[in-house]
Amino acid sequence: METKRPDPDELLDRTVSEEQRLRQGKLKVFFGASPGVGKTYAMLQAAQKKREEGVDIVVGIAETHGRQETASLLDGLEIMPRRQFSYRGHDIPEFDIDAALARNPSVMIVDELAHTNTPGMRHKKRWQDVEELLFAGISVYTTVNVQHLESLNDVVRQITGVAVRETLPDSFLDRADEIELIDLPPEELLQRLKEGKVYIPEQAERARENFFRKGNLIALRELALRRTAEQVDEQMESYRRDAGVTEIWPAAERILVCIGTNPRSIRLIRAARRMAAVLRAEWIAVHVEAPSHIRPSERDVQTLAEHMRLAESLGAQSVTLTGRKASEEILNYARQRNVSKIIIGKPTHPRWKDKLLGSPLDEIVRGSGDIEIYVITGDSSELPERPRAKVRPAKIDRKEWYWSVGIVGLSTAVASLLFPYVHLTDLAMLYLLGIVVTSTRTGRLPALAATLLSVAAFDFFFVPPYFTFAVNDARFVVTFGVMFFVAYVISQLTLQIRAQAATSRKRERSTATLYALSRHLTRERKKDGIFEVAAKHIEEVFFSQIVFLILDERGELTEVETRRGSFPIDRKELGVARWVFDNRHAAGLGTDTLPGAKALYLPMVASSGVLGVVGVLPEDTQKGFDLEDMHLLESFVNQTAMARERVLLAKQAHEEHLRAEAQNVRSTFLSSVSHDLRTPLAVVAGAASTLREKEASLDRTARLELLQTIHEETGRLERIISNVLNLTRLESGAIAVRKEWQLLEEIIGVVLNRLSDRIEGRPLELRIPPDLPLVPFDTLLIEQVLTNLLENVLRHTPADTPVEITVIPQKADVLLEIADRGPGIPAGEEELIFKKFTRSTHTRIGAGIGLAICRVIVEAHGGRIWAENRPGGGAAFRFIIPVEGTPPPLPPEKEDP
Amino acid sequence: MKESPATILLIEDEKQMRRFLRVTLESERYGVLEAETAADGLAQIATRNPAVVLLDLGLPDRDGLEVINDLREWSAVPVIVISAREQEGDKIRALDSGADDYLTKPFGSGELLARIRATLRRAMPKTPDQRDAVFVADELRIDFSKRQVSCGSREIHLTPIEYRLLTVLVRNAGRVMTHRQILKEVWGPAYVEQTHYLRVFMNQLRKKIEADSARPRFLLNEPGIGYRFKPDTEER
Repeated sequence: METKRPDPDELLDRTVSEEQRLRQGKLKVFFGASPGVGKTYAMLQAAQKKREEGVDIVVGIAETHGRQETASLLDGLEIMPRRQFSYRGHDIPEFDIDAALARNPSVMIVDELAHTNTPGMRHKKRWQDVEELLFAGISVYTTVNVQHLESLNDVVRQITGVAVRETLPDSFLDRADEIELIDLPPEELLQRLKEGKVYIPEQAERARENFFRKGNLIALRELALRRTAEQVDEQMESYRRDAGVTEIWPAAERILVCIGTNPRSIRLIRAARRMAAVLRAEWIAVHVEAPSHIRPSERDVQTLAEHMRLAESLGAQSVTLTGRKASEEILNYARQRNVSKIIIGKPTHPRWKDKLLGSPLDEIVRGSGDIEIYVITGDSSELPERPRAKVRPAKIDRKEWYWSVGIVGLSTAVASLLFPYVHLTDLAMLYLLGIVVTSTRTGRLPALAATLLSVAAFDFFFVPPYFTFAVNDARFVVTFGVMFFVAYVISQLTLQIRAQAATSRKRERSTATLYALSRHLTRERKKDGIFEVAAKHIEEVFFSQIVFLILDERGELTEVETRRGSFPIDRKELGVARWVFDNRHAAGLGTDTLPGAKALYLPMVASSGVLGVVGVLPEDTQKGFDLEDMHLLESFVNQTAMARERVLLAKQAHEEHLRAEAQNVRSTFLSSVSHDLRTPLAVVAGAASTLREKEASLDRTARLELLQTIHEETGRLERIISNVLNLTRLESGAIAVRKEWQLLEEIIGVVLNRLSDRIEGRPLELRIPPDLPLVPFDTLLIEQVLTNLLENVLRHTPADTPVEITVIPQKADVLLEIADRGPGIPAGEEELIFKKFTRSTHTRIGAGIGLAICRVIVEAHGGRIWAENRPGGGAAFRFIIPVEGTPPPLPPEKEDP
Repeated sequence: MKESPATILLIEDEKQMRRFLRVTLESERYGVLEAETAADGLAQIATRNPAVVLLDLGLPDRDGLEVINDLREWSAVPVIVISAREQEGDKIRALDSGADDYLTKPFGSGELLARIRATLRRAMPKTPDQRDAVFVADELRIDFSKRQVSCGSREIHLTPIEYRLLTVLVRNAGRVMTHRQILKEVWGPAYVEQTHYLRVFMNQLRKKIEADSARPRFLLNEPGIGYRFKPDTEER
């Protein structure tokens, strides 16, 4: 049962890549076994057909090689002018990617996919141009020959003896939507060749002789047919999957290939790729960074990086492991990743080394369990033109030499002092100590020198006859041998430990810095704070300057202002960044794309898309970034992108929440307001209709009572409407707070005057200090606050209870309190009553917005409003209005003359 | 009322509002003219010569402020502006342009009639000695010739500005004066924006002549608009 179920991850991957493909242009490849089979011809024929169908098709580049019949097919097609690139004094016409993107046809013809671009162009290779076209949604027709395929490169060389430099990553061909094999039997091709129908450049005369042999052509044809068949097979498989045919569901194979700095690794990589393609398996290229590899030379690092890149370009995942024992690391990793097959190179070193140090291959084979191991030949004769990378010794500081010589000298001095008292073997021990000390400080060579020097000094000074290298007793030769061997092993071990420590320190540092970054990023809540944090970390770890570029409102990339220093971005650099943003690919310094740029640009890719671009300018632009730094840098940028996305999403969610809340409030508002408006309206309408219809039968008292009701209810209606209007206006920003220096006493007087009818009969206590200063507020709004508060008190307290109004000037504000001796506020509702449309539970009167608008107004003044129950019963409503600044001075007044 | 009943012109587009005003005014024996538009209203002012005009600021054909500005070029007929609560700015501009008073919707009949009576009284031509007469309202007594102010038996000492402030308000007793109008008369045209001067002096003045400065009897505040001197207790 379970075997029939598709892997959900894979399904997801497929949906994602499907989506990407839908947005992207389609790639059609006219695939041939060799030059001259008629690919360009077939492509142009197809183009003509499309044109007749009315498709917007443009020739970006088509090489006719002077063939008449091919050139005639260009008639009627729109041909883009080429762009001249000058290189070493030559003007080379090349494909103009910018013009192509600007023209934006639905289909573009780009001949010779494997072509290498002239330096100075945007990309190193033409297929990268095509990739960009596809990304921009332009479909591409292109041609390529089988010998250009990366994974078949060495096979082709074996067959034809011609090395092909222009290669195409297999992964690129794999993504082609359609492959049309242009097949021509070798006899016919040779016939055409004889007739001069196939153009062959003069400079490739040798190629002609070697290449176009019948045997070669047959072999190449077979390769091309097989490759096409594989592709068709893959498409069939893909179709089955899409159609939900689950019967044939290959067991998930995973292949691991062990690679290193050895040039033979390339063969291993290609073999792994072929095997992976046949098995439709995922594959991983693994390199074990053994710490015994002390300070790998720049060359080694570069070779390894090349190998890794090759593997990646062929569709592998590249992984670097660290560990002392390569076999163990590889097996552990393989188990962890469920690897089913391991490919490893045949050992080339002498056998005694295995006997002495153990053979990693042997260990892997023994420990592999149910993992299949493939050991592939590394026939060095196959690689004549590729010189074995010389292990150049790491640069050794002169100081290290001084150390090694000095320590030996010191050992000798100490030994000569002890010489009369101790046995010779103890002196040898002293030298060993010196070697240990040296090894902890110096590199491999000075340590070796110290070992040799120690043995020599020991012989020279302390083994009789003294002060010669001659030895009386033959037994001493054994002593020297053992001493040298022990010293050598000790020094090597020490060096290993040191290197291991250094490597793990470096690893640890990477992990720690990454961890620190993610921790800081998680803590950051502000949208642009993310950049600040990320810039700080990246600058510190990579010794670089950082620029973040994000889209502004106009859709242009603009620099994010951070408080840290950054490097200037000119138009050219901005163009590179834009390219990175549009193509989701790193570019600039140290990459294959636009390597002429001043800095390195990485896209900030998050799940929702590209959020921006990070520009990184290393302090040392010559050195750039090595592969490891690059990976770490990518991790940093990814972390940053994810953090930014998180903040943006959080903000979005928050806004969504606010919107929903506002919606909720609005609906409550409507129901509440309609209720509160209808009640008094109903009373007025009812009373008025009684008065009109029953006028004759009503006595005077009843009439007056009804009229009084109408009068009171209209007053209530008026207050509700004015509150609702003010609240709506304030919240929508339709009215602004107009602060002026005002007298609180004056406004209190107005409110008391207005409500005088209803206050009458109540004990009122006013406590206003006589020297109350002017306070800045909006008189109409604060009048509303006072009216609402006072009305609230009048409404909720018995008619004979006292009301107290107190004003207390404080240091930076004025406090105003309206207090009563009524029932007080129900416990826990002190805060709730200021919320819109909530009413205290013990009453049903009022529009429930009176206090809410008080809060809005007071807060708009920068103040605060709250309520509390008073000791001894009753409630107190207090608010403060801040007093900022002082009113302008008054002109002095002359006293009455 | 001993005067012959005055004629009042209502310029108001709301039919229900006009009905309420007409019934109320006719019950007080005023003659009532009605106009629905500003154009009709201005024509009636020119031909029928009303004693007071009640002008709604929100007319369909023209802006109420324009109507006042136009009117003031050829007529001094008293105008009482009627407007909604939130049109504070319009009210002030109308008063500064020459309107005599204002009423905020909704208003009761008592308030309406009091404003009309006060306006009519101010509009009566005064003889010179009437103008310089001693002013009395309740306990408050102002002798303009001697520049003396007293409350009951107690003489009140005022600074020159306080005195000027009081006289400006008293001469326009019953009528609202905008901050600008008061500032211009008391301090001069350069000071029309310094409303806090006015508040400080008003505060001082209240402390001197009012029994309870927090609940004033004479010097009423019209929030956001200006001040009004209330001459008698009958109104409101």
